[in-house]
Amino acid sequence: MNGADALVKCLTEEGVDTVFGYPGVAICPFYNSILDSDIRTVLIRTEQNAAHAASGMARMTGKPGVCAVTSGPGATNVITGIATAFADSIPLVCITGQVSTNLIGCDVFQEADITGAVESFVKYSYLVKDVNDIPRIVKEAFHIANTGRKGPVLIDVPIDVQNATIRNFKYPEEVKLRTYKPTVKGNMAQIKKVLAEFSKAKKPIICAGGGVLLSEAQFEIRKFAEKYNIPVVSTMMGIGVMPTEHPMYFGMVGNNGKPYANKAMNESDLLIMVGARVADRAVNQPDLITKGKVLVHIDVDPAEIGKNVGPHIPIVGDCKSIFEDINGSEFECNDFKAWIDELNTYKKDLAVVRKPNPKYVDPAAFIDMLSKNMKDDAVYVADVGQNQIWSCSYHIVKDGRFMTSGGMGTMGYSIPAAMGVKCACPDKQVVAVCGDGAFQMSMCELATMRQHDINVKIIVLTNNYLGMVREYQHYTYKDAYSVVDLSGNPDLEKLSSAYDMKFLRLKDMKDAEKVIKEFLKKDESALLECLIDPMDTVK
Amino acid sequence: MKRIYSVLVENRSGVLMKVAGLFCRRGFNIDSLAVGETDDPKVSCMTIVSSGDERTIEQIEKQLNKKLDVIKVKTFDEKISVTRELMLVKVKYNKNNRRDIMEICDILKANIVDMSKHFMVIQICDRPDKIEILLNMLKEVSIVEVARTGVLALQKCSETDK
Repeated sequence: MNGADALVKCLTEEGVDTVFGYPGVAICPFYNSILDSDIRTVLIRTEQNAAHAASGMARMTGKPGVCAVTSGPGATNVITGIATAFADSIPLVCITGQVSTNLIGCDVFQEADITGAVESFVKYSYLVKDVNDIPRIVKEAFHIANTGRKGPVLIDVPIDVQNATIRNFKYPEEVKLRTYKPTVKGNMAQIKKVLAEFSKAKKPIICAGGGVLLSEAQFEIRKFAEKYNIPVVSTMMGIGVMPTEHPMYFGMVGNNGKPYANKAMNESDLLIMVGARVADRAVNQPDLITKGKVLVHIDVDPAEIGKNVGPHIPIVGDCKSIFEDINGSEFECNDFKAWIDELNTYKKDLAVVRKPNPKYVDPAAFIDMLSKNMKDDAVYVADVGQNQIWSCSYHIVKDGRFMTSGGMGTMGYSIPAAMGVKCACPDKQVVAVCGDGAFQMSMCELATMRQHDINVKIIVLTNNYLGMVREYQHYTYKDAYSVVDLSGNPDLEKLSSAYDMKFLRLKDMKDAEKVIKEFLKKDESALLECLIDPMDTVK
Repeated sequence: MKRIYSVLVENRSGVLMKVAGLFCRRGFNIDSLAVGETDDPKVSCMTIVSSGDERTIEQIEKQLNKKLDVIKVKTFDEKISVTRELMLVKVKYNKNNRRDIMEICDILKANIVDMSKHFMVIQICDRPDKIEILLNMLKEVSIVEVARTGVLALQKCSETDK
């Protein structure tokens, strides 16, 4: 048994069923060994997307997604995908090939110091120097990636280590890391303080972030909100914690969120931030969420508490465990009917009124109609740009999931991530929504979808502009557009036919419902292009 | 506000880069950094002096604790610690100022550890403020080169008693 066999064996032990990647000489021993396993390999068309696909898979399964790429450019290409996962705390195990140990540092062909390069984007990284360390390292990597605040872990394996013979392979049963013991259970005294505040509060609200979904605490939070009539708002990463049309849900906060959600958060007298970083996009004036109210901050990462805002009651621990403790405690509280009525008034008064151009597809009406026609447990993956903001505003989550690159805002994320989702859950309907800019960053993956029968529904909102930047230049530079014109776009109908993919185009809202139904009908890959007003804005 | 961090880390390659990289990436300032093995060869101790407001100090400590190679972080004020720094200074001298230099060294408990016809190397091991005094005094003469270890610190015994 050599190092590469051992790596594959470790992945099998971890229950990995799919590896996304792109081979090169330095990772060839690994890709040779994988032939003898039951692990499915997906040849992605560029390394960045291997990490995105693994991210989509991880978000569905709750287990680390795995990608494997070669040394040098393979490794450097994957960095954006790793950074994207890091920003959203998505668990990944990324294996990179490396040049032979004796050549490290000599600047040989396809050598890159990848552990050095990714240092600030990974939770941890390993450069394997001894083949006998492989079982321990892989075990640790999976443990580190998927516990505490989740995140990507990179394992760099020189080719000679992959080829070296390993003595007595034994996959460890447990990890021994003296420096890593994340807190899971919240401090009961702190939880009691929160419950005491609930008993006093007249206007409580929960703001749920992506951490809630990562710890699968959404059901506990729903239970709590329903039992005591406590309203919930979410950050972009927290969309889906509550079904959009839940009577206790009051939308996404932030500068691109619902005005009534922000007002609800600011007007509250007890704010529970849970699994949220309080980053600039969600809370651009941190002082507003502390003034005149009690702020409780629940997060698994102690460094997030107090980083952007100082809470009155901090609780470190896993969101799910903490809400289980909260739900298991008895306490008296007010009836919040007046507060809920007040929020419903805001919802009515502050609803955004759009003036769509009837000559084009209205993204708001379209996304609303699309969601209503999607299956209840469908997965919606939004890309980055105007499409992301419209998706956040108008997509209706029922029993399914909503995903996007929230922290890093990486264009081109939706298609590979949707592919990862589909690989994890082949029975689910998976829709990727992107703009014409982001689509072209990932359109090479149409071939991957075709080759591996990964049926993803792709929607391209075409406006022949990098819409979000154009909108920014419209407001900031008084329409002095610079490098945002996308003329030169390919004809998507011809492109789809080149990949044998079903194609539909929507020019305005007239036949929208019929076309959407046709688009979603079968479990097959399809591309729907919607022509939207180039001058449309999200604000 | 000056703050001393005594950071116990795994003695592995790349750990210094990770810790230094953390300060760089988060925009924290390093005034000085000294690294050495402890009584356990698998463990190194980094003594880092940094400055910043209270929130920065708290963040530095939390971010350090997040690093998987960091075993323990202790932070303390200069006031409750024993601090020492070693400095070597090479100065150019002549027969007119030689006696003055020797007098300064005498007063500040510094030693002359190497000498040639025109140059001498002065060694001082003391509190950082004493080191500054010597440096300022020697600026009157002509300093050729300076090498400093950075501050080393341990909490005062009375603090450990608590």
